[in-house]
Amino acid sequence: MPELVILFNDVSKTFRRPDGRGDFVAVDKLSVEIAKGEIVAVLGKTGCGKSTMFNIIAGLIEPSSGEARVIGHDPFRDFDFFRGKIGIVFQNDRLMPWRSALDNVRLGLQILNSDPAQAEATARGWLERLGLSGHENDYPHALSGGMRQRVSIARAFAVDPEILLCDEPFSALDEMTARDLRAEFVRLVRQSNKTAVFITHQINEAMEIGDRVMVLHRPARIAYEARLSAATTDAERTKMHQDIMRVLSVEQAPA
Amino acid sequence: MMSSRFMHILQASAGMLVLAGVWQILSMMLPPFLFPPVPEILSRTVDILITGSLLIDVLLTAARIFGGLLGAFILGSLLAFVIARSKLVENFLTPVLTFFQGIPALSWVVFAIIWFHGTEFRVLFIMVMTTLPAFTFQILDAIRSMSKDLFEMTMAFRPSRWTLFRFLTLPTIVPGMLTAWKVNLGNAARVVVVAELVGATGGVGYELLRQQQLFDMAGAMAWTLQLVLFVLIVQQTINAIEAYALRYRAVSERAM
Repeated sequence: MPELVILFNDVSKTFRRPDGRGDFVAVDKLSVEIAKGEIVAVLGKTGCGKSTMFNIIAGLIEPSSGEARVIGHDPFRDFDFFRGKIGIVFQNDRLMPWRSALDNVRLGLQILNSDPAQAEATARGWLERLGLSGHENDYPHALSGGMRQRVSIARAFAVDPEILLCDEPFSALDEMTARDLRAEFVRLVRQSNKTAVFITHQINEAMEIGDRVMVLHRPARIAYEARLSAATTDAERTKMHQDIMRVLSVEQAPA
Repeated sequence: MMSSRFMHILQASAGMLVLAGVWQILSMMLPPFLFPPVPEILSRTVDILITGSLLIDVLLTAARIFGGLLGAFILGSLLAFVIARSKLVENFLTPVLTFFQGIPALSWVVFAIIWFHGTEFRVLFIMVMTTLPAFTFQILDAIRSMSKDLFEMTMAFRPSRWTLFRFLTLPTIVPGMLTAWKVNLGNAARVVVVAELVGATGGVGYELLRQQQLFDMAGAMAWTLQLVLFVLIVQQTINAIEAYALRYRAVSERAM
């Protein structure tokens, strides 16, 4: 039995509408199991609750009902337990504009009170691995979109987390840059045997990255799930792609 | 080709030179007790700067401005943080601060004279009360401008409160703090003169009162210039701090 790292048991999340007219359900009795070392790609249309699921795993919001467990702990209530255990790559790079590339990468290490010399060496090492040598002292505004996203990937990896959460990290980049970064990202995750949850709305990206592809319907509940491996044939992949297209196309418009 | 910095200085000086020229022309047509010649004003201004007993009055006023601004800044920052954390406190304090903001500086001078004895405490009280609402609202606005995205990103690393303040909150509010200092500096320079005019026995305001009693326009102008010089020097210092602290900001090659 593989070690479970993320466990959702009938997790629901309801938000109050901003205009005060009732509530809306973002996640509806979602049950998910993710094992150590797995890369799970979560697909779904905009507003299907992917990001809510993501924020629950990250401990940034609390489920309204059900049980969420990450490394055996409640991510919202045991917030401090997850210091250095979760790395996040967001849709936009979320770099601090007043910090250089190097300082942005070592942010997490500084928060974790790492030895300053060690933190700098680690941050420099990650920038080098991601092809950003020579840009250590550049401020974010001086970097291209792709370079900025590389810095944010380096920042997430620098703390050596057990879990990586990625919320459409390459969606704002051009296809060539996104393809390079995707390949780099998968290589780094596999090398370090980390567990990763990768949220995307692109079928090809999900199938390229994930060991498992999960399609969510609105409000977030699993509508389709499939596993991929090196042994998956082209024909199986094509069939899988068509199935995902079909599942996504039958989804109803939001209420 | 002239550098842009030189051009800037030239343009800034031109306006002042025209003003001085107009004044000088008026001084030739009107009695000197109304419009004393510019050289006389400049000579009196330099006199104050090089005469120890007079310079002390300038420094006393500068210290009062700094003391008042620092007090209002510390108190305003604390209030801003408390208001930002609690809707209840915001509902309670905002009307009070808005009410304070509407009270004229002269009224605070009268209140201070009635309530307190010590000159320095009176001036400090007046300075703090007149600049406190602006400091609080400006710093509160800076706190509220903190990016939700950066907050969530930082929180993902699980920082302590102090670490969060050091790495995110403080750098976020520094531009707002510097603006608050710049805005309140001008207000404070005006208020301190009113406070000294009525309730002090030293300082630029007190000296201005003496010049008025002596009907000495050149002296009044010279003391006024001390205050203007002080504000200019401090503004430039804040600008230099701002240029260093905000050096990460991108600057477009095309001027706005």
